[in-house]
Amino acid sequence: MEDLSLYILDIVQNSISASATLVEIFVKEDQENDKLILIIRDNGKGMDPQSVGRVTDPFYTTRTTRKVGLGLSLLDAVAKACGGRVVISSRPGVGTEVRAEFGYGHIDRPPLGKMEDTISVLVTCNPTIDFVYTHISSKGSFEFDTRDVRQRIGDLSIDHPYVIAWITDYVREGLDGICGGGKE
Amino acid sequence: MKSLSELEEIRKRALEAVNLRKDRNGTRVVVGMGTCGIAAGARPVLLSFIEEIKKRNLQDVIVTQTGCIGVCRLEPMVEVYRPGEEKVTYIKMTPDKVKRIVAEHIVNGRPVTEFTIGAEEKQ
Repeated sequence: MEDLSLYILDIVQNSISASATLVEIFVKEDQENDKLILIIRDNGKGMDPQSVGRVTDPFYTTRTTRKVGLGLSLLDAVAKACGGRVVISSRPGVGTEVRAEFGYGHIDRPPLGKMEDTISVLVTCNPTIDFVYTHISSKGSFEFDTRDVRQRIGDLSIDHPYVIAWITDYVREGLDGICGGGKE
Repeated sequence: MKSLSELEEIRKRALEAVNLRKDRNGTRVVVGMGTCGIAAGARPVLLSFIEEIKKRNLQDVIVTQTGCIGVCRLEPMVEVYRPGEEKVTYIKMTPDKVKRIVAEHIVNGRPVTEFTIGAEEKQ
């Protein structure tokens, strides 16, 4: 995949399959320590320790339709390729946290990409799930929380095209302010 | 600059324009969002559907997602369900194809046969 926002879109699908009602996405650009940290945390059904140990194996999946599961294996591969790693912690009944670290300045680190598109797609397709996106860089921080949006729109559905268009612009503008416009 | 308070204005505008959205018996557009779909370009395809639906102010169409449909080499794939009609599966989707599918199939009820999985399998 071309950029981190696509990996994020892909990894969050696991949270959705795990019946999460709240998914938190956290990105920290820590240039001082040459690290980009990505955390995806959900309150889904969680995994037992045996599964946690095997999820980055491309030939492990809980699906019964096919024998491969590539999402976390790809993230693990790209993190390792840029001097980082993926750590997964999970508790059955509580939720799962995927933490990926990348060398910030590593030549193979994918750019962030269009996070506004990833958030808009997630909200459109999962209007009953709440998403929180926090982005921290040396220039400041940005937070987006679908619960704030819901409060304002009342009985209007969050996946209404007008609301989605607003979310896209809001996230894009928020990131432009702290990621220096071109997003690397 | 966008602010949360704008959402109240958006809510008013939306509710004035729409009373129908609550009963959703219309067309369903389902985009394959497995790892294969995402890697092949499902996100821009899904966003173009939303864009076209917004542009045309279509009230009874919803866009949603599913996992890997099982024919990864034909991704991005989209299934269109219209009430009372058979499902139509479109393959190797692009934002340009979306425009034609919305105009011809979703609005006018004529599936774009050349983009369907049936057309591919015949070759």
